[in-house]
Amino acid sequence: MSGDPCGNTAPVLEVRNLSISLPQGGDRGLAVNQVSFTVAPGEIVCLVGESGSGKSVIAHSVMGLLPKALKATSGEILLQGENVLTASLETLRERRCTRMAMIFQEPMTALNPVMRCGEQIDEVLRQHTKLGEAERRARVRKIIEEVRLPDPERMMASYPHQLSGGQRQRIVIAIALILGPSLLIADEPTTALDVTTQAQILKLIRDLQRDHGTGVLFITHDFGVVAEIADRVAVLRSGELVEMKPKAELLARPEHEYTRMLIAAVPSIKPRERTLVEDAPVVLKTDRLSKTYIDKGWFKGERVVQAASDVSLELRRGRTLGIVGESGSGKSTVARCITRLIDPTGGSIRLGQDEVATLSARALRPLRRRIQIVFQDPYRSLNPRRSVGASIIEGPMNYGLSRSQAMERARELMRTVRLDPDALSRYPHQFSGGQRQRICIARALAMEPELLVADEAVSALDVSVQAQVLRLLDEIRDRLNLAMLFITHDLRVAAQVCDDVAVMSQGRVVEYGSAAQVFGDPRHEYTRALFAAAPGRGYQFGKSSGQPADQ
Amino acid sequence: MENATLIEPNAQGAPPAPVAVVAEAGLLRRLWRNWTVRIGGVVLAVLLVIAILAPWLHTVDPTLFDAGSRDLLPGAMGEITDLDGQTLAHKFLFGSDSFGRDIYSRVIYGTRVSLIVGFAVAALSLLFGVLLGLVSGTLRWLDGPLMRLMDGVMAIPGILIAIALVALWRANLWTVVVAIAIPEIPRVTRLVRSLVLIIREEPYVEAAVSLGTSTFVLMFRHILPNTVAPLIVQGTYICASAILTEAILSFLGLGLPADIPTWGNIMAEGRVQFNQYPHNVFFPGVFLAFTVLAVNILGDGLRDILDPKMSRRV
Repeated sequence: MSGDPCGNTAPVLEVRNLSISLPQGGDRGLAVNQVSFTVAPGEIVCLVGESGSGKSVIAHSVMGLLPKALKATSGEILLQGENVLTASLETLRERRCTRMAMIFQEPMTALNPVMRCGEQIDEVLRQHTKLGEAERRARVRKIIEEVRLPDPERMMASYPHQLSGGQRQRIVIAIALILGPSLLIADEPTTALDVTTQAQILKLIRDLQRDHGTGVLFITHDFGVVAEIADRVAVLRSGELVEMKPKAELLARPEHEYTRMLIAAVPSIKPRERTLVEDAPVVLKTDRLSKTYIDKGWFKGERVVQAASDVSLELRRGRTLGIVGESGSGKSTVARCITRLIDPTGGSIRLGQDEVATLSARALRPLRRRIQIVFQDPYRSLNPRRSVGASIIEGPMNYGLSRSQAMERARELMRTVRLDPDALSRYPHQFSGGQRQRICIARALAMEPELLVADEAVSALDVSVQAQVLRLLDEIRDRLNLAMLFITHDLRVAAQVCDDVAVMSQGRVVEYGSAAQVFGDPRHEYTRALFAAAPGRGYQFGKSSGQPADQ
Repeated sequence: MENATLIEPNAQGAPPAPVAVVAEAGLLRRLWRNWTVRIGGVVLAVLLVIAILAPWLHTVDPTLFDAGSRDLLPGAMGEITDLDGQTLAHKFLFGSDSFGRDIYSRVIYGTRVSLIVGFAVAALSLLFGVLLGLVSGTLRWLDGPLMRLMDGVMAIPGILIAIALVALWRANLWTVVVAIAIPEIPRVTRLVRSLVLIIREEPYVEAAVSLGTSTFVLMFRHILPNTVAPLIVQGTYICASAILTEAILSFLGLGLPADIPTWGNIMAEGRVQFNQYPHNVFFPGVFLAFTVLAVNILGDGLRDILDPKMSRRV
């Protein structure tokens, strides 16, 4: 039965009319509403949906890991014919790992930080088998080799914090697969990983699943990942199953309006074209900008980290410069140096005619209004104890505007970011993530900056909201003729907003050019690797019907 | 490049996005819904009323004594001589001590001392703790020396510092309050410092920096308000421990003068005759235990409501 996605065997998992109720006072009555689907042996079924669609709730209910507040009110979950919902705790514990296993999003928290990785894998064997120690050790070794971790002995003796994110996720996969379960549930297993690592982990899951004939229920929000790994796809919205189809069919001919909207909202990896004014004035010019952290303790040697070195960029008015890179590449360091939230250790930053890299905090204050920044996490970017209006008018009032003038500007800006001006008296917790990000943009624009820095400003948002915010940023840049520095790890997003792109790796700019050049003809091998790893690059997203391109 | 696609402008000119209003009950109602807050709050309120209304709760002057009414059992009738030398009939609800003083009156008046000490110590140590914590969280060069000083204070048992300080000064209510408050300051300082270090890394604080907000304003507008919830909770624990410490000092004869009615003094006086007349120790002991319990329960409830993130993080 291995490797046959359309086998005629009975499904590993069958979910029938599953409904799960939310506790009272939630935004809706049911977390999951009458959902039915099956997973066949050797098949990968993707559950796709935006946050709050109930996809994780389904995954957890299959594992019997639902929080007490959530109760399944109807339907059944059949794991190889056995109803999980009515099974006793004892049976459930027995079935976990032997018949079903789960991979979590965050490998660091899924592993016990004070146990060696080898012991954690071994624990499963001790729980579920009566194997002797030598036999168990051999099995652990074998699975570590199978998940393609180098140097099994060292891996077994390591603690989770000594491994990289990708290696940790491999350990989690090893734990999940060591007893050869027939169902594997993967809950956003690559969301916390860098794109190149993600590609490797996806391939690993694909290969192991094919070799073992495991049925996989794969939870994700990312259509790129869907395109990469799925056999069949189920689209969820607000707890309801909107559409379920084989992957190629769904991506090519989405039927439901919501699916069409989701697929259309995925930015295309082909850069957009935009006519630019060539001789616009230079707003920002960095020359060999560097940031070095020196960590020196009393009893330890000096540790030097080059977070950014020799970064030279140039940004003209009305343009968007993207800095693309994986985590730890130094892209945020550059953004924070330019906004002077941290002090650069070398090089120069020229804002128009003014040098800002070496200014003292006092001398810098008058210049601060000209550079504004929007952060990644909309839930932490606004002071929870201050009303939205107070947050927006704070900046202008620091620079001498009266309260009523500042309020007038705030009302106008709320309209610019398409929010109701009457909401200014509300507090941040009354807004959704996308709305908060609009408020942060309004707060930045209230200073009438020349340069807007967006540090992963859309990364925490759902894809449909992300598309709206990107459109808003584009529109604002054109209308106000701003220069925009756009930091992102997402190549698709970069392709859609940036005019120029700088690719960073290990603190250095490895490739820098126009978006068309970098995306169309990447020269540096790191850039090529990055593009090769982008999930779903074979599919053309961003319009209503995605078709496989050049396959 | 004919494949190049722009982001679909389908929502162009869309009306302002509706603002979702998250229904949220008022803070007071949420507090009241928590049963630990309710119990702790009610008991504390009752004690507060007792303290305020002490003279009208069928009490006599707690310093009055009558040689004829010594060592009466609870509920016994006896006589008491007032300051004018008149002898009055009095029912000794909680009995009397070996001087013939009314224990009921002394316990009721003792509530005043305990509550004042509890609240005053909490207020005082919070005030200084917040100031020192803010300073050490902001001025990094002062952080080291200041925190080492705090570590030093914490290395000495609080009660010993209090005893030494009271012995140094003449014992009255305010010296006792200050003596108990000083050893509590380092704990508050540490808490505030750690909160400041966390909060100043928050993006909203960084955003305020790039809006040109000065450090001083940043401190009081963005950082301090976000430390209030954990501080209130910490305050209740300090209050409870201060009430206990005051009772201990009095019991050891190091606190307020013996003629002032405090629960510790009453127990100290009754200690010698504990075997024959346990009520001397029992009644103030019960009041002390219930007060401390009520304050602690209130603190637990407040933490659950005001500071859910902290209780999860710890």
